[in-house]
Amino acid sequence: MTTLASESPTPDGAAAEVLRRHAEDAFAAELAALAAQDDRPRPERWRLSPWAVATYLLGGELPDGTVISPKYIGPRRVVEVAVTTLATDRALLLLGVPGTAKTWVSEHLAAAISGDSTLLVQGTAGTPEEAVRYGWNYAQLLAQGPSRDALVPSPVMRAMADGKIARVEELTRIPADVQDSLITILSEKTLPIPELGAETQAVRGFNLIATANDRDRGVNDLSSALRRRFNTVVLPLPGSLEEEVDIVTRRVNQLGRSLDLPELPGGAEEIRRVVTVFRELRDGITADGRTKVKTPSGTLSTAEAISVVTNGLALAAHFGDGVLRAADVTTGIAGAVVRDPVADQAVWREYVEGVIRERDGWKDFYRAAREHSR
Amino acid sequence: MSTEVTLLGVRHHGPGSARAVAAALEQLRPDAVLIEGPPEADQIIMLAGEKDMVPPVALLAHAVDDPAKAAFWPFAAFSPEWVAIRHAVEHEIPVRFIDLPAAQTFALAGSPGGVPGGTSPESDAESDAESDAESEAESEPPAVLDPIGALAEAAGHDDPERWWEDVIEHRVPGADALAPFAAVADAMAALREHSADNGGRAAGVGRRDELREAYMRQQIRAARRAGHTRIAVVCGAWHVPALRAMPTVAHDRALLAGLPKKVKTDITWVPWTHRRLSQHTGYGAGIDSPGWYHHLFTAGSEPVARWMTRVAELLRAEDHPVSSAHVIEAVRLADTLAVMRGRPLAGLTETLDAVRSVMCDGSDIALALVHERLVVGDALGEVPDAAPAVPLQRDLARLQRSLRLKPEAEERLLDLDLRNELDVSRSQLLHRLRLLGLDWGMPSRSAVNSTGTFRESWRLRWEPEFAVRIVEAAQWGTTVEEAATGKAVEAAAKTAELAELTGLVEHCLLAGLPTALPAVMRVLADRAALDTDVAHLADALPALVRALRYGDVRGTDSSALDGVARGLADRVCVGLPPACTGLDADGAATMRTRLDAVHAAVGLLEPAVRQKQRAAEVASEAEAEAEAEGGAGGPARPGEAESLAGRWAATLHSLTRREPSAGPATGVPGLLRGRAVRLLLDDGRFDSEEAGRRMGLVLSTANAPADAAGWVEGFLSGGGALLLHDARLLGLLDEWLSGVPGEVFVDVLPLLRRTFAELEAGVRRTVGERVAAGPLGAPTVAAAVATADIDHTRADAALPTLALLLGLPATGQAQAAPRIPRQSDRRAS
Repeated sequence: MTTLASESPTPDGAAAEVLRRHAEDAFAAELAALAAQDDRPRPERWRLSPWAVATYLLGGELPDGTVISPKYIGPRRVVEVAVTTLATDRALLLLGVPGTAKTWVSEHLAAAISGDSTLLVQGTAGTPEEAVRYGWNYAQLLAQGPSRDALVPSPVMRAMADGKIARVEELTRIPADVQDSLITILSEKTLPIPELGAETQAVRGFNLIATANDRDRGVNDLSSALRRRFNTVVLPLPGSLEEEVDIVTRRVNQLGRSLDLPELPGGAEEIRRVVTVFRELRDGITADGRTKVKTPSGTLSTAEAISVVTNGLALAAHFGDGVLRAADVTTGIAGAVVRDPVADQAVWREYVEGVIRERDGWKDFYRAAREHSR
Repeated sequence: MSTEVTLLGVRHHGPGSARAVAAALEQLRPDAVLIEGPPEADQIIMLAGEKDMVPPVALLAHAVDDPAKAAFWPFAAFSPEWVAIRHAVEHEIPVRFIDLPAAQTFALAGSPGGVPGGTSPESDAESDAESDAESEAESEPPAVLDPIGALAEAAGHDDPERWWEDVIEHRVPGADALAPFAAVADAMAALREHSADNGGRAAGVGRRDELREAYMRQQIRAARRAGHTRIAVVCGAWHVPALRAMPTVAHDRALLAGLPKKVKTDITWVPWTHRRLSQHTGYGAGIDSPGWYHHLFTAGSEPVARWMTRVAELLRAEDHPVSSAHVIEAVRLADTLAVMRGRPLAGLTETLDAVRSVMCDGSDIALALVHERLVVGDALGEVPDAAPAVPLQRDLARLQRSLRLKPEAEERLLDLDLRNELDVSRSQLLHRLRLLGLDWGMPSRSAVNSTGTFRESWRLRWEPEFAVRIVEAAQWGTTVEEAATGKAVEAAAKTAELAELTGLVEHCLLAGLPTALPAVMRVLADRAALDTDVAHLADALPALVRALRYGDVRGTDSSALDGVARGLADRVCVGLPPACTGLDADGAATMRTRLDAVHAAVGLLEPAVRQKQRAAEVASEAEAEAEAEGGAGGPARPGEAESLAGRWAATLHSLTRREPSAGPATGVPGLLRGRAVRLLLDDGRFDSEEAGRRMGLVLSTANAPADAAGWVEGFLSGGGALLLHDARLLGLLDEWLSGVPGEVFVDVLPLLRRTFAELEAGVRRTVGERVAAGPLGAPTVAAAVATADIDHTRADAALPTLALLLGLPATGQAQAAPRIPRQSDRRAS
């Protein structure tokens, strides 16, 4: 996966004041190099060919030696299907549990294809229809009556007019009626403006990337009419233990520095164990593939593993003996695993008794986990 | 001369190769077709033309004396060999198999220092029948060489299977149907040379291949001598260069002179399935997707669109809404993906990516269905009745002879004594046949009344339709044991119920199938891990423990079983307290039965350890008390938590403590708590004083009478003599009962009646007498009075007799302390 592996664009003096720069600015050099050497056919209004977009996301080396940093670390298939979807003018829906780099991927896709990742609608429970279609400048509306000038286009409308990629974040949080206003846009590629008796028709190059979280409950599920307009790509959790340990370690180090925690010994071993526990419970099978375990209701994402370890570091540094020990992390793990006090508690205890107890070299971990799960 | 011999190098089971072969044969119009395969099958090859013959089918060759020595040569509709056979049969051209005879292959495999390769159908099917260029190389450990991989690498592709698909399988036959075969032959020749350079001929090709190729060359020569002028040879691409070279006859004769004597071999056609095509062959994507290949071969034009339509049909049949619009979008996405990945045609990867993204909402679960039903497929072949008998039939006949069990239509009873070897073998055979669905013998009650585990009774009756069942069972293996094993493993994979699985385990042990056991146990362990219902787990445990004991009787290795049983017991320990919470009366009653069963099972699982523990407990009663007070979950002693019995005791402790705090839904019903206390008491983990204390607490006025009555029922069920021996308990009970208010008494009366009705008649009477005799409040005083009344001299006179009865040393020092009869004692008897 994902986000953290490559957030290291070279700071670029002038614009360095902003806290975080848009993808198209931060990686402008890479995009330019790709565009210069891209000799494959490009769909209309695309800055790069689909091959170059895939290279931009997955990383690689260009013929002239320019190194493209990988933006997304994960299966190649995911990126290929995503880019191809956008090229077939179907809308793209990125699904995944929190922390699987959905937003990150959508931003970079928009940046690489349209050179503009800012046409963004953030989905919330209160997102109004104006955010998807258009609103009015009421002063002008009152002064001059309905006219094009009084109309305030939404990011989606602007993208349609300019032939760019629009992005909708957290699509499933948007109320169902607002969601459905996307149907006409995606199927007819047009946005009618009944007040003016006019419409805005999308020009070629327009497309939409939506992200949604498939783990949350109580969100507004997509109507099947809308769902049908999307090709769905599920972004997976990290593929291997090593990959995830690597991500957690990096992130914990960054966080630790920003929280001014001292560097503690013993960290690597505990991180490995935390990630192992998280992965086993998440996958429902032990790392050696021998035993199945029940899966708790929590997400157990990499982000949670990171917070468990950070928390443990703080505990060890301030209240412990300065070494990260099993006892410092087991409380946090139990907290992350046991979301439902009855069912998850049983799952966790079964895991502790059935898997951890018999594992070589995990005696201390078992004791600590047992202690905390009483 | 060699111009009249055309070598068609193919990839086995490649639909592209099959199409190319069909086109080539059409163009060539040969007058003889030679195919890589066992020559024994020449006599039954014409059956392939029958209309009852539906692929997938397989040629099955086996040694007559040892049916376990067998090899399969599977053919699907899209196998190039099958296409060639059909072509020859339809055009009435002679067709012959030219590989090394199976008879000699078996002999080779059996001879010391011979050629590597197992004798089981699986390994033979891989290394021999499926002699794809790739797997052939794999059978040669010293120089593992992957010819297709090497070619793909040379072409700059990282995935050999995909490369082969792109270059060969997806190619539409051009004007000259023979040109591609020449190209493949050249490529293979270059590869063989290359590998010969790197490690010498022996390392690159291997002795087995040399022998086979020499034999094939001899057969080609023979065909030429027979006067055929246009000979087509269909063989693995890897062999083409060797067959093209044609060294001298003497060279080949010298090579073949070393062949061992033939083993007597039989060959027949058996029905095959796509699933088995995908299982038993060792070469990746080529056969991972027989359903897809079949589709490619049969679909004709627009294979992707047709495929997507079939996927849509399947998903709709499973209530997954898929419209025609989905199909259109999926086809577009697959095609665009193929362009993006630089492939000539959307392959399986692209179509599956598109299906996942467009039709399955990104979910792999729906996709798994597509994979299972379409990519692999359920196709089952058919074989005409004229095909010779299957080896399983022979094996059964052999066993029937050697075990002196004649199949008779008349019913008869058979008593087996499992202490002698012949009867054990008979029992195993009958159990195995039952696993295979042949209920020749049905277990029955013995006419001789006996409870010994060494006796087994059967009712035997042979039904004519068993012959059909045997043919059906032939797909599992060539011997009864092998077939039963295969069937058991597959049955395990399909079974959803835990209790059924433990039954299957028991069956496997009875049938003596040690090789099936690990696989079944794996499934069992997995199911147990995922089963959230403690009731299921608790139901499964006793059967498993029983199986474990059976294993001991029959001398099978049951360590794996032991591990799973312990794991199951652990899960029950963890899950039981929550599962017992908030049960209604009926639920509590069934749970009590389970509690007893699990308790017994745990006791049987760890008899040795328990014994030790009991000894320890007698030594430190105080500690047990501390544990009882201190709380269950925790390890009161380190060793205690480690042992299963200790953990089970801890679970019982925690049950006893879960009293309902507000309404019956908030705690464990009294019935189960009382039962748990009793079980702990019986095990010596509570002394009677502690039990009395608990009873006092439960029967105090603060508690709901209904709950208390339930507690008493649980506590007294299965033996009320306790009340007679500990007058204090009876006193407590009597006191509580007298204190129950009138209207509540009516409510609890049925419960109490039931409780006391279950007591033994003698106990019930005595209890009644005691209660009738007067106040029970001060039993100790009464006892003291009784002691004072005893005439010691007269009592002493009875002592020697008593000691004799009890088997004590006749010192007259008989111990007078009353011992509470424990349920475990009763069980042991």
